[in-house]
Amino acid sequence: MMRWPLPPRLPAAEPAGPVDRETVASLVARMDAAAQRRLGRGLAIRHVNTGSCNGCELETRALTGVLYELSRFGLRFVDSPAHADVLLVTGPLTQNLRRALEQAWDAVPDPKWVVALGDCAVDGGVFKGSYATLGGTGNAVPVDLTIGGCPPSPSRILAGLRALLEANSAR
Amino acid sequence: MTRIAAILHGTPQQPSRPWPRFVVSRAQWSALLRENLTLLGAWADTTHVHALFANNATPDPPTDPLACLIVSIEVEVGFYPALSPVHPGAAWFERAIHDLWGHKAADGEDRPWLDHGHWPQTHPLAARPGPRPPAADPPEFVEVAGSALMQWPIGPIGSGIAEAAHLRLTLDGTAIVRAEARLGYTHKGVLTLMRGKSPRVAARFAARLAGDATVAHAIAFARATEAALDIAPPPRAIALRAVMAALERTTTRLDDLGTLAALLGATHLHGQCGLWQEYLRRGLAAAFGHRMCMDCVVPGGVAGDADPMGLSALRPILEALLDDLPSIRAGFARDSLAARLTGLGRCATEGDAADRCARRLDAIAADVALVVPLLSDLPEGPANVALPSHSGEGLGLSSSARGDIRHWIRIDNGQIAAAFPIDPGWHRWPLAEAGLVGAEAADAEAICVSFGLPVSGMDL
Repeated sequence: MMRWPLPPRLPAAEPAGPVDRETVASLVARMDAAAQRRLGRGLAIRHVNTGSCNGCELETRALTGVLYELSRFGLRFVDSPAHADVLLVTGPLTQNLRRALEQAWDAVPDPKWVVALGDCAVDGGVFKGSYATLGGTGNAVPVDLTIGGCPPSPSRILAGLRALLEANSAR
Repeated sequence: MTRIAAILHGTPQQPSRPWPRFVVSRAQWSALLRENLTLLGAWADTTHVHALFANNATPDPPTDPLACLIVSIEVEVGFYPALSPVHPGAAWFERAIHDLWGHKAADGEDRPWLDHGHWPQTHPLAARPGPRPPAADPPEFVEVAGSALMQWPIGPIGSGIAEAAHLRLTLDGTAIVRAEARLGYTHKGVLTLMRGKSPRVAARFAARLAGDATVAHAIAFARATEAALDIAPPPRAIALRAVMAALERTTTRLDDLGTLAALLGATHLHGQCGLWQEYLRRGLAAAFGHRMCMDCVVPGGVAGDADPMGLSALRPILEALLDDLPSIRAGFARDSLAARLTGLGRCATEGDAADRCARRLDAIAADVALVVPLLSDLPEGPANVALPSHSGEGLGLSSSARGDIRHWIRIDNGQIAAAFPIDPGWHRWPLAEAGLVGAEAADAEAICVSFGLPVSGMDL
């Protein structure tokens, strides 16, 4: 075993002076900005069907597949509106689902976004004027973004959601 | 003469194609209900209730003029004799008929089905729709006797990116003792919207009954119209329709398989099924101009001719899918997944989820094998024919991933007087209700996905 020439007692660190407050403040600001840019870009989406034919659902489901891989942008679908930032609403808003949409909207914490997805959700689409529909999402809850198409393609849906993401992270 | 022919002997036939429609007396109606018939659907107009049956006792289906029966009975002071005591599957049709036309089935079901108490009027298809009663009744479900039972409501906003439906499970501990579906949430008033329109315009509503079966619904609607007007689409249109329908069935089956795999934790299979679905949709968009071929099928043929470059792009996609199919099949047969699928949602007529997945994979192979030779041998000629504007009645059939679709239509001087689409959902949901009984509550979603339950098409 090697023997080290030990001093009579263990050395203690010398007392340090205060850190420069200006440097700290500037670092905190830079780190906040980086965290917002790198970690803060995420939106939780809850899909709400208000009478869709299932066409918009098929194209939305495609976004979770390997070619679009929604999660790489920080976008993800959640099970409860209480966990969501965004309500992604499809369908012409049937009378029978109006209350369900309103309850889902109430459950989303502020600040929240509503996206009307597909021609039906935008203004009722071909079902406009029917006794059973109300003519789109906007007739029950305030809409922030509309994505038209019957149904919109996955790339169009993705473009809309990414625009929302950019707008949200710029706040 | 068969017994059914004897019952209908001498009954006046309405000129409906390809099968005549019989307006029967009450005695004939109850005699027919005792025969070996399968109820395919029931609907109404302002004066009659119509029922469509498959004749199980037919000697030779392709040539027997009574292989398929459309039977009508007059509504008397608001009532008609119920079908549901003999054909339990008629109960939801009877409830829908009451909601839409106001006719009551004597001794049948009259709980609301489509009408949840929110429309501005009652019986919207009746000769005189009624005013809305002030308060909507809460939905009623069949109670199960037993003190330790609890009810678990699921939906209409369920989990995942799915259709809107309500499922009421009665649980004993974690075991399901009864499952009852409540639909009608996505009712859009399609029958009213179709009325008074030309078949070409109304085809847009038929194409939006169900997004996962838009081609199949459009074909059944087009065939009903063509039967009613006694015209035939050109051979090229028939072949292009067959390509679109087979590839739609394939994408829908891949979607069902992938969704089920994801629910059971097989994310790799979900990705694989989704990838092929996406390649096929891009191929369909290149060939027909729409990823789902929505509005590509119209009465009289197809809306426009297919793009030759797009059609030739489909072939390599299909061949590669056929090559990859054994690996998808192996994925579903892998121990961990196969163990979850076996016994899941077992019902008497369809087996369990493993059987349903195997049948979907077989059907994908069969459909792709049907399309590949068709693509290299498409008939030349026009893509559609003009529709005459006369009158007639017709029934049209097509095949979707979830089962057969039938459309009945009555055209009056080139305009739709009445129509009724029969979506496979009417027949699939009762299977799921049966298949859920005895299962664990936590498996309910996977069981429903394994059955493939369409909603919008039957909500009308």
